[in-house]
Amino acid sequence: MDINNYMNIKLNGKDHLTKALTISQLLNELGIVSERVAVEVNRRIIKKADFDNYPVKEGDIVEIVNFVGGG
Amino acid sequence: MQEDRLIIKGIEFSSRLWIGTGKYKDFEETVKVVEASGADVVTVAVRRVNIIDRKSPNLLDYVDPKKYKILPNTAGCYTVEDALRYSRLAREAGVSDMIKLEVIGDEKTLFPDTVGLLAATEILAKEGFVVFPYTNDDPIVAKRLEDAGAAAVMPLGAPIGSGLGIRNPYNLKIILEAAKVPIIVDAGVGTSSDATIAMELGCDAVLINTAIAGAKDPIMMAEAMKYAVISGRLAYKAGRIGKKLYATASSPLEGMLI
Repeated sequence: MDINNYMNIKLNGKDHLTKALTISQLLNELGIVSERVAVEVNRRIIKKADFDNYPVKEGDIVEIVNFVGGG
Repeated sequence: MQEDRLIIKGIEFSSRLWIGTGKYKDFEETVKVVEASGADVVTVAVRRVNIIDRKSPNLLDYVDPKKYKILPNTAGCYTVEDALRYSRLAREAGVSDMIKLEVIGDEKTLFPDTVGLLAATEILAKEGFVVFPYTNDDPIVAKRLEDAGAAAVMPLGAPIGSGLGIRNPYNLKIILEAAKVPIIVDAGVGTSSDATIAMELGCDAVLINTAIAGAKDPIMMAEAMKYAVISGRLAYKAGRIGKKLYATASSPLEGMLI
């Protein structure tokens, strides 16, 4: 793998290498359906409508959350 | 039976039993429990997506948001800032504007930090959330939450997961007397009679997780809770008799052999 094509981001608390340039591409790369997740980049919540255009940049802190069992 | 629907902020609820989805063996069991309970509201938590095991099943593939009302919580949040962050993420996930707001004050008791809770309720209500704050059984705080814009107030019966039942029915009674919004008991129920007591007091609904999830047979307990809530509600509406120290005969004295 050519490391130069990859960016290093912090994804859900862990270092992650990605080629994705947008949130949509990142979700796609991860195989995550955007329908029922919420995404935060550098503590800012990204609206689903902006996933296609919102850029992923080197060093970004990305959180992707969904619903799990809870009381 | 006459229609006795619970309506909160225009949202109609078909059951007065609400179910938490935590601590079940798997999602198959969760679904069976929800079905057996007759609940149409299920609470969920907001957590990081499992990046490593991407094929792991998703709760909402089992509990269909088209069929059930999803009530996300802010469990695990100890600050106003965190509670707001989780609430906003939950809403952005796109299934609900409702939030079961928890601002926890202490790890051991999981009692709410009512100061933070009040502040967060006010902010989220202004942002258009349908806020269900989890609070203690303090009538003054309940009133303040109502004033801050809570859609309903959710006092605890006892600490979360404790199964101690309704520890202070008199406080609940005072909360109910003053409340203009629905009162939903959240936490503390241990068995079906606890749920019935809450409903007999006049509470509008009961939210149960651990008492069902931790039972030997969760599906059977879910069914027990369903009847317990219906029973308590009916008894409340029917109006119980007063308590007296001495007996009153049920059979007539007239016609007795002398």
